Amino acid sequence: MLKVLKAGFYTTVQDAGRFHYRNKGVPVSGVMDEMSVFKVNSLLENEESAAVLEITMTGPTLLFEKETYIALGGAEMSATLNNAPIQNNKVYRVNEEDLLSFGRLEKGFRAYLALKGGFTSKEILGSRSFYKPITKFNRLNENDVIPFSIQENFQPKISEIKAASFLDNTVLEVYKAPEFDLLNDKQLEEIFSKTFTVSHENNRMAYQLSETVSSHTISMLTSATIPGTVQLTPAGKMIVLMKDGQTTGGYPRTVQLTDKAICILAQKKGGDTIRFKLV
Amino acid sequence: MNSPKINIKPFGVHSVLIEWPNEVSEIILEKILHFERFLTKEVYTNKEWELVPSYNSLLIINRTKQIDFQKLSSDIHDWYRQLKESPKPARYLWRLPVSYDSEFGLDLEEVANQLHKTKEEIIALHTGATYTVFGIGFLPGFMYLGGIDAELELPRKAVPRAKVIKGAVGIAGKQAGIYPQESPGGWNIIGNCAIPIFDASKENPCFVSVGDKIEFYKISRAEHNLRKIEAEVGIYKPEKINIDA
Repeated sequence: MLKVLKAGFYTTVQDAGRFHYRNKGVPVSGVMDEMSVFKVNSLLENEESAAVLEITMTGPTLLFEKETYIALGGAEMSATLNNAPIQNNKVYRVNEEDLLSFGRLEKGFRAYLALKGGFTSKEILGSRSFYKPITKFNRLNENDVIPFSIQENFQPKISEIKAASFLDNTVLEVYKAPEFDLLNDKQLEEIFSKTFTVSHENNRMAYQLSETVSSHTISMLTSATIPGTVQLTPAGKMIVLMKDGQTTGGYPRTVQLTDKAICILAQKKGGDTIRFKLV
Repeated sequence: MNSPKINIKPFGVHSVLIEWPNEVSEIILEKILHFERFLTKEVYTNKEWELVPSYNSLLIINRTKQIDFQKLSSDIHDWYRQLKESPKPARYLWRLPVSYDSEFGLDLEEVANQLHKTKEEIIALHTGATYTVFGIGFLPGFMYLGGIDAELELPRKAVPRAKVIKGAVGIAGKQAGIYPQESPGGWNIIGNCAIPIFDASKENPCFVSVGDKIEFYKISRAEHNLRKIEAEVGIYKPEKINIDA
């Protein structure tokens, strides 16, 4: 078990997501930054779908109740293992009673804690990803315990990767989304020339952008949306749906983030800026 | 009958959107569900694929792989052209009990005033219609119901509520629905349904599917309380009638 001594700002269990219930309105959920999680799960030779902790902005304090191997990835949060600094994208052995803490957020917004074999908390509708009310809670609280299997001996083939970081990237590559062709020249110009600021209305469901584009009167029937869909409200607000985003919507779908752009945006916080680039 | 025309668009690299004419129509919805059924049975039989129908569209999603849009698009046109009449699937009419008690029908009086009717007339109009589920989205189990009586149409509330309780029965514009969980909401709330539309503890968490029909009937406050107790222990059984699609 992993015991949560302090919860941090917003820490959840996430895996690859909850599939096959979108026709019942259930968001796909799962890790926001798949690229960072792919690295840490690969280092630990885990399945890609192995469940990890997604740690947002301010990290928790965690006590290991048995031995295993861990790797951290994503945001840089000044992590320490028993008060000694540890790096991202490197495998560490942890023992019973070891303490993992996080400090200052240096870069990015979401860090990931993966461990050998993944967390083994209960699956609901085929996934361990937190999403209330499918799961009882929307985030971890103090004194929660998260189960995992003990790992005494693991010889990683590669114990560390010096991966190129995309945490500083600010350009989001996008495709045309279904209502792209209904936008006028002015709106298109605004979308692709403006620098947008991530508003403080940002979470796992959606990122709202502070700057607006010209308003519209496009009316459409409710239709499917997916993570990375950028909706445009009649007043001109841009809303980027993320992993816990609604499965259908009635606002025009302007552009669609690439998988990588979703990861880049997932590492942005309120006040950070981004631009869109059509590919 | 000639099939309504379809338009196919890429939507990211993992999904493809098929669109039918831009109208709310039972004929179009039937066509979409017929095609969805064909695709689920004949083409997308493995777990990598997921389909989301809604009003006049059908989204096809691959979980991880990139889709070859040109090829898939031409395949879809072929499959659609060759789509045969097939046995109709089981389709259900669900009869859902609603308490219109003043504790739940927060806007019932206001709605009645706006529409120059009595509360009883509003309830009679709401329970008198058979609704079609045109989509499920916004929240797990949130149904977009078409078929509201034209006399019940009124705009959504000018100021949305920060909190609408689970089971709240609402109307707004040409739509009716039930909030399946506590959420912010802008619809006019006229009652409450104790039957949970979404229940994550069930293998099939949402008994309703797109294309099903819904009817509401009025129950007393006391019966509502009993239904709610049943729902809490998971022994509710929504009343269903098998109908031809």
